[in-house]
Amino acid sequence: MKILVALKRVADPDNANKVKIPASGDKVETAGLEWKLNPFDDYALEAALRLTENGKNPKARVGEVVVVTLGPKECETQLRSALATGADRAIRVEATDEALDGRLVAHALRAIVAEEKPDLVVMGKQAVDGDNNQVGQALAELLDWPMATFAATIEEEAAGSVLVGREVDGGVCTLRLKPPAVITVDLRIVAPASVYSKHTDKAHKYADGVRFAALPAIMAAKKKPLAVKTLAEVTGGATPTASYAKFELPPARKAGIKVKDVAELVQRLATEAKVL
Amino acid sequence: MALDESHDRLRDSARRFAEERIGPHVVDWEEAGEFPRELYREAAAAGLLGVSFPEELGGGGGDLLHGLVASEGLLRGGSSGVVAGLGSLGIALPPILLLGDDEQRQRFVPPVLAGERIAALAITEPGTGSDVAGVTTRAVRDGDDYRISGSKLFITSGVRADQVTVLARTSEEAHAGLTFFVVERGMRGFEVSRALRKTGWCASDTAELSFDDVRVPARNRVGEEGSGFVSLMKNFQSERLALAFFGHATAEIVLEDALEYARERRAFGRPLTGFQVTRHKLAWMATRVHAAKAFDYAVALRVQGGEYLVGEVSMAKNFAAEVANEVCWEAVQILGGMGYMRETRVERLSRDARLLPIGGGTTEVMNEVIGKSLGL
Ligand SMILES: Cc1cc2nc3c(=O)[nH]c(=O)nc-3n(C[C@H](O)[C@H](O)[C@H](O)COP(=O)(O)OP(=O)(O)OC[C@H]3O[C@@H](n4cnc5c(N)ncnc54)[C@H](O)[C@@H]3O)c2cc1C
Repeated sequence: MKILVALKRVADPDNANKVKIPASGDKVETAGLEWKLNPFDDYALEAALRLTENGKNPKARVGEVVVVTLGPKECETQLRSALATGADRAIRVEATDEALDGRLVAHALRAIVAEEKPDLVVMGKQAVDGDNNQVGQALAELLDWPMATFAATIEEEAAGSVLVGREVDGGVCTLRLKPPAVITVDLRIVAPASVYSKHTDKAHKYADGVRFAALPAIMAAKKKPLAVKTLAEVTGGATPTASYAKFELPPARKAGIKVKDVAELVQRLATEAKVL
Repeated sequence: MALDESHDRLRDSARRFAEERIGPHVVDWEEAGEFPRELYREAAAAGLLGVSFPEELGGGGGDLLHGLVASEGLLRGGSSGVVAGLGSLGIALPPILLLGDDEQRQRFVPPVLAGERIAALAITEPGTGSDVAGVTTRAVRDGDDYRISGSKLFITSGVRADQVTVLARTSEEAHAGLTFFVVERGMRGFEVSRALRKTGWCASDTAELSFDDVRVPARNRVGEEGSGFVSLMKNFQSERLALAFFGHATAEIVLEDALEYARERRAFGRPLTGFQVTRHKLAWMATRVHAAKAFDYAVALRVQGGEYLVGEVSMAKNFAAEVANEVCWEAVQILGGMGYMRETRVERLSRDARLLPIGGGTTEVMNEVIGKSLGL
C-alpha cells in the first residue's frame, strides 16, 4: 500500500500565549513562535506507518509513506522529523500561510495525488491552529474519491478494502472503503489496537501514542529524498477564495473580586452580573 | 565535531517520551521507590537506552553529546531518579566496552540495551567512598574462578540489577590492584542486603550489596588483572559530564516552572512578577542557568573532540551542581508553600539536586582535581 500523508506545522499549542497580533489586526505575528507538527497530522503519520508494516517488525516498511507539506523552507524541520519517524520520502510545496486557504491546499494536494498515485491519503481531521476542518473533505471532493472523516480505527482487509471505524454519538459506525480513498483521523487512531495492516496479527498491541524516532533513524532521515515544488506547479492557477479579514486575541481577563459570603455572591450575581 | 539537528531532534524525542511515559506516573513511582521494569523495555524500543553505544551492540550509534541531550530530554519527566535508574547502564557498561573481549561485549551489552537486563556499577563501599583506591572488596583466584568477598554501598539500580560491574581488589597495590568483574544475579553468595531510602532520586532503587565468597568464573573478569583503575578514571569523566548536564537541565526546568508560577500567582493585587525582587531573582536564576549550560556544552564538545579535560570536567560538574541547588532553592521560594508540596516538579527536583555535589565525586574531591590541573 502506498500512502500520502499531508502535514502542517502549527504554532506550539502548549505555548498559545506567545501568539501576538499587531494593532492592525490583519495577521498573526509569526516571528518568535515555536512550531510543532499539528498533533492530528502526527497521528495520521502514525496510522500510515502502521498500515504499511507488520507491527511485529516496524523497522521494515511494507509499502511506502510519502509526506507532503505546504510552507516555507523552515517546514523542512517537520518533514525531516516525519522522515525520522519512518516516512520514506517528503515533498514540500513552497508557500506562505497567508497565500493559502483550505480550498487551495486541497487543489495542491490533488496535483500531488495525481503524480504520486497513492492508495490512500491519510491526514489529520483538522489543524489545531485554524480548526477549519476542510482540506480532507475538499480533497476527496476534487478527486471524487470515497472519504471517511474522524477515523478512530482503520483495518486493512485481505481483499484490499479498508474498514474505518468512526465514533459517533451513541456508538461506532464502520465504513468500508475501496481505495483509492481519503481518510482523516481523530486522536483515538493511535490507541494500541486502532490500526491494522493486513500483515499485522490482530493480537498485536501497539504502544499507545505516536512512535519515537531513534537516533539511527534520525541520522538516516538526513539522506531520505525531499523534493521541493512551487505553488504554481501544483495549483493550476487556482487562487484562494477566502481571505483573512481580521484577527483578534481573546479579551484580557479582568481582575475578579472576593465576596464575603454566599449571600453577597447571590446578590452580586443578581444585581451586577445580572445572570440570575 | 558539532551539534546539529540530530541532537535537537533526539532531545525532543526523549522529551516527548518523558512527558508521555514518565511525567504522568512520577508521583506514584517516587512513593514506590522504583519505576516499573517495563520502562526499560519501552525506553529501549523508543531508542533511548544506550544512545551513544555502538549500533552493532544494540545502541544508537551516537556521539557523546547525543547521550547527554537524551538525558536532558528525559529529565523533563520531572524525576532525576528515573533518569538515573534508566541511565545506570551508562556507567556500568563502559568498562566492559573498553576492557572486555568480544564474547563479554556480546554477553553483557545487547541484553541491557534492549531493556531486558538491568546493569549497575559498584565502586563505593561502606568504608570507602571518595578514596576509590581504598576499595577492600577482594577477588581471589581459585582455579578457573575468582572468589569475591566484600560489600558495596549506594549502588544505583542495585536492588534490581541482573549484572553488576564490581570493582574489586586482586592485589595489594593501591591503584594497580583493582580489577572489574561482572557479578550476575543468582550467583551464590551475592545478595542485596538493603534497599536504601533516600532524600531524592526516589524513583531509582539504591542498594547495599553483599558478596559472601561469591564464585565468579574468570570469563567474567573484565580486562587483565589490575586494569580497573585506569578505566574507572575514564568512566568518571563521562559520569561527571552526565551529572553536570543533570545540573543545568534541572536548573532550567525549575526556572521555567518558577517563571510560569510567578506570572500566574497573585499577591497583594498583582502577579509575583510585579515585584522587582521576584523579577531580579528570576533574572539571577536565568543567568546562572545559561552560564552553566553554555559551559557544560563547551566542555562536552571539546571532550567529544578527543581532549582529556579532567580539570574542566570537574569544574563543569561542580558549577552545574551548585547552580542546580541555588536555582532550586530560589524556585522553591518563589512557589512558596506549593514549592514544598510533593506534587510539584520544583519540590522533587530540589531534593534530587542535593545529590549532585555528592555523587560521582564530591565537590571537595572535584576541587582537589581542579587544583591538580592548576599545578597545585
Ligand atoms: C543516590 C546515590 C547514588 C549513588 N550511586 C552509586 C553507584 O551507582 N555506584 C557507586 O559505586 N557509588 C554510588 N554512589 C556513591 C557516591 O559516588 C559516593 O557517595 C561519593 O563518591 C562520595 O563518597 P562517600 O559518600 O563515601 O563520602 P566520603 O568519601 O566519606 O566523603 C565525606 C565527606 O568528606 C569529604 N572528603 C572526602 N575526601 C576529601 C578530601 N580529600 N578533601 C576534602 N574533603 C574530602 C567529602 O567531600 C564529603 O564532604 C551513589 C551515591 C548516592 C548518594
